[in-house]
Amino acid sequence: MATRRISSLLSRSLTSASSATLFSRGRNTSSLSRGIYKYSTATAVEAPIIPPVTVNHTQLLIDGQFVNAASGKTFPTLDPRTGEVIAHVAEGDAEDINRAVAAARKAFDEGPWPKMPAYQRQRILLRFADLIDQHNDELAALETWDNGKPFEQSAKIEVPMFARLMRYYAGWADKIHGLTVPADGPYHVQTLHEPIGVAGQIIPWNFPLLMFAWKIGPALACGNTVVLKTAEQTPLSALLASRLLHEAGLPSGVLNVVSGFGPTAGASLASHMDVDKLAFTGSTSTGKAVLQLAAKSNLKPVTLELGGKSPFIVCEDADVDTAVELAHFALFFNQGQCCCAGSRTFVHERIYDEFVEKAKARALKRSVGDPFKGGIEQGPQIDTEQFNKILKYIRSGVENGATLETGGERLGDKGYYIKPTVFSNVKDDMLIANDEIFGPVQTILKYKDLDEVIRRANSSPYGLAAGVFTHNIDTANTLTRALRVGTVWINCFDTFDAAIPFGGYKMSGHGREKGIYSLQNYLQVKAVVTPLKNAAWL
Amino acid sequence: MGSHCNDSLESSIKIPTIKFTQLFINGEFVDSISGKTFETIDPRTGEVTARISEGDKEDIDLAVKAARHAFDYGPWPRLPGSARAKIMMKFADLIEQNVEELATLDTIDAGKLFSMGKAVDIPTVASAVRYYAGAADKIHGEVLKMSGEFHAYTLREPIGVVGLIVPWNFPSTLFSLKVSPALAAGCTMVVKPAEQTPLSALFYAHLAKLAGIPEGVLNVVTGFGSTAGAAISSHMDIDAVSFTGSTEAGRKVAQAAAASNLKVVSLELGGKSPLLIFDDADVDMAAELALIGILHNKGEICVASSRVYVQEGIYDQVVNKLVEKAKAWVVGDPFDPKVQQGPQVDKRQFRKILTYIEHGKREGATLLTGGKPLGEKGYYIEPTIFAEVKEDMLIAKDEIFGPVLALAKFKTIDEAIQKANSTRYGLVAGIITKDLNVVNTVSRSIRAGTIWVNCYFAFDNDCPYGGYKMSGFGRDSGLEAFHKYLQVKSVVTPLYNSPWL
Repeated sequence: MATRRISSLLSRSLTSASSATLFSRGRNTSSLSRGIYKYSTATAVEAPIIPPVTVNHTQLLIDGQFVNAASGKTFPTLDPRTGEVIAHVAEGDAEDINRAVAAARKAFDEGPWPKMPAYQRQRILLRFADLIDQHNDELAALETWDNGKPFEQSAKIEVPMFARLMRYYAGWADKIHGLTVPADGPYHVQTLHEPIGVAGQIIPWNFPLLMFAWKIGPALACGNTVVLKTAEQTPLSALLASRLLHEAGLPSGVLNVVSGFGPTAGASLASHMDVDKLAFTGSTSTGKAVLQLAAKSNLKPVTLELGGKSPFIVCEDADVDTAVELAHFALFFNQGQCCCAGSRTFVHERIYDEFVEKAKARALKRSVGDPFKGGIEQGPQIDTEQFNKILKYIRSGVENGATLETGGERLGDKGYYIKPTVFSNVKDDMLIANDEIFGPVQTILKYKDLDEVIRRANSSPYGLAAGVFTHNIDTANTLTRALRVGTVWINCFDTFDAAIPFGGYKMSGHGREKGIYSLQNYLQVKAVVTPLKNAAWL
Repeated sequence: MGSHCNDSLESSIKIPTIKFTQLFINGEFVDSISGKTFETIDPRTGEVTARISEGDKEDIDLAVKAARHAFDYGPWPRLPGSARAKIMMKFADLIEQNVEELATLDTIDAGKLFSMGKAVDIPTVASAVRYYAGAADKIHGEVLKMSGEFHAYTLREPIGVVGLIVPWNFPSTLFSLKVSPALAAGCTMVVKPAEQTPLSALFYAHLAKLAGIPEGVLNVVTGFGSTAGAAISSHMDIDAVSFTGSTEAGRKVAQAAAASNLKVVSLELGGKSPLLIFDDADVDMAAELALIGILHNKGEICVASSRVYVQEGIYDQVVNKLVEKAKAWVVGDPFDPKVQQGPQVDKRQFRKILTYIEHGKREGATLLTGGKPLGEKGYYIEPTIFAEVKEDMLIAKDEIFGPVLALAKFKTIDEAIQKANSTRYGLVAGIITKDLNVVNTVSRSIRAGTIWVNCYFAFDNDCPYGGYKMSGFGRDSGLEAFHKYLQVKSVVTPLYNSPWL
């Protein structure tokens, strides 16, 4: 049935478990295991598959033109399967950000984009969605090549979701409503929801195209212009997508894409005096720096989607097999490189031992290898830095006395592959239970009762998401309201949809993306007041 | 006198073969159970265009059964909004690909201007489908603030099987304004187009099927109000009915709904809409809006500016300009791109309008221009303007639904408001002035569903319209209309140990 297609592709919800087979190989591996390397087999001995795509765009996109960086400098973007260079990409710096902001400013102040009827903006975004569909595999191949995520995930889930998001925001363009407002006296009052202006947007490397969509979708639907900085690890797919958006009819200067590094291009965008709004997704430490730059410069409003250490709570009434599968997915999806990864698996003591045993077995079955190969669940980590960081955390887990159930080391001798790793007997004060590891490392903690798990789940500087695994409505309601997080997934995880808002409590960030809430980030509210003479009613 | 453009266009305009003349039920074109048919007439000539299956009560029963099944068991309400949207976007694309043929069908059925159909009416159909497609994945309920330890939220669910009764003056636009939000909401439906204009609705049904709208979701039963229409209004298995048409027929729909299963009713009915022109208005612009306000679509539009009130300071200037413009107005074959006004829809309307013109003369209004039929064939009427119309005259009270304007003078703002409101209708009003205070005062004082300030016919997908008083209730267009097709369900459950309430 098509009814659950979109949400179920990214979720392991109990009710749709049968249709969601892309990543869950737990109980039906046999038919798929031919040609798939279990991590116990060295993958890297095989030559990497040649990606079915050519890199056509490596320059900056400014004012509708692909151009070199003002400095002429480039940086290499690397294939995480091998560490080898895919392409040399123009390296944007302050001067390029200035050029891009000037183009966006002009496109905003002089039009045509914000002056265009919303229906026309909608049509351009809809045409863009159609072009994304037509270039699905090309976009997916670039995404996998640059990022290392399984091609099937890119091609069957993420790129279709990208098109879906653009259609969703296209539909908002002609439905942005201000209000007429009551007043204490004879006044006529209205609010106008106006585009905020030039938006600066900085996106991370873990979901390059989806983060691109989350950012530009609401900004463009509301009539803003944009300067977007991609992550230096993954500059490629956004450049192709942006070319398609121009093919769909986007006027020059409305969307400018600058590849480059955080301390240079990112910092000059965050501190630019002529940028009206900033949106950032990335680490909490960088988010703090971005917010400071915004405050020091022109006080631009900032939305932040930052790190997380999200609890996944398995209650005592849970069906262990499904809970194991969902918890596995919650952590290992996208090589564990998800800000909302369920990275603290709290399991009720009554089922703890069984759960650990099965979680270990599931991790052992996880197919790791060349992400272009069919049936692969896990590719390499993004780069050396992340790779080393994850291995360091694994060492600290062992040193601190957690039980390493499986994994714990690199896979092969080339590229950034790490074996799916499971720790049990993890204590709250261990580093692996506190820090965001951003890798394939599951930490399983034991708990006794609901109040205890609420307290422990909330004792984190983060508050992005939580998973709750129970069939009891009262338990679900209590946990839902008690957890200080921006998303609670009950009997599902990573269920993303264009309409569901996403964002963090506490140090996981400010504001919400997606859904109707995301529009507020890109709109100014103007109250308009005028006296009424002889009003028929008030 | 409106000039009559009588060039023969039969050779230059290709009238397409009429492809669909049967009822569309459960995804198939079928004959009516009785086997009966009725004629649809070309108002340019009074000749028969095609014979159309005549649906009656038992055909409505079949259609409702299909719609019920599609709602209770079919995929449509169970698809995610985004999937319904995708199918609707395809439907919109198909409509755009068939603009010419659809515009032609409305022209030979309703006498509407072909150029207008091609440039405005049919593209607007596609844009409304897209607008509501974009709303299909944005149906939000609310989580509520309970005063005790309860968690509560509202679900906005599709209301079920809806009956949609569409009039003949805008066969395409009104089909789309009812069908699109119902589709987006996840409803299934039985549409009855007007017996004068069945052709385009059947063509839309065909396109909907091509787009992938599942069987039973959209059913079209052609036929008459007293039989097929009445069967919809009184059906025990239809959850809501949305009707556009005359106030008399609307009253019957509401009565039948009340007498049967108390189905939810929305009515968009007649009007006698005032256009108020104040002393500071630009005379040329005011005369232009007043004229288009009454002559657009030959006056066959519920929101026609059929009463024009001009402030005394510029009354003579506006009247002169208006008459001058009316005389230059071109009436003739609606396929001719030079023509501004085609024939009235049928003989009955034609006669009714001429009778009202006679009333106007008899009651003592001054006939400034027009007042007669044009040509020997078809249902053409001259643009007609009466001045010095008093509020108690029939031509100031009744909806004529033809190219007949009633003019009067006013002195003060209060008098303008009082005159504007002295009607049983309340559909729209127009205001022409640059004075902000006049605009605000008059906008709030007139009891009508839409106020157009320094513009007229400013319809938009996002802009609800509908009536006060006997112009009906409920709104078409915008998200207001969307909510007509959604039920609200509150879900409540106790909370234990909630950290906040």
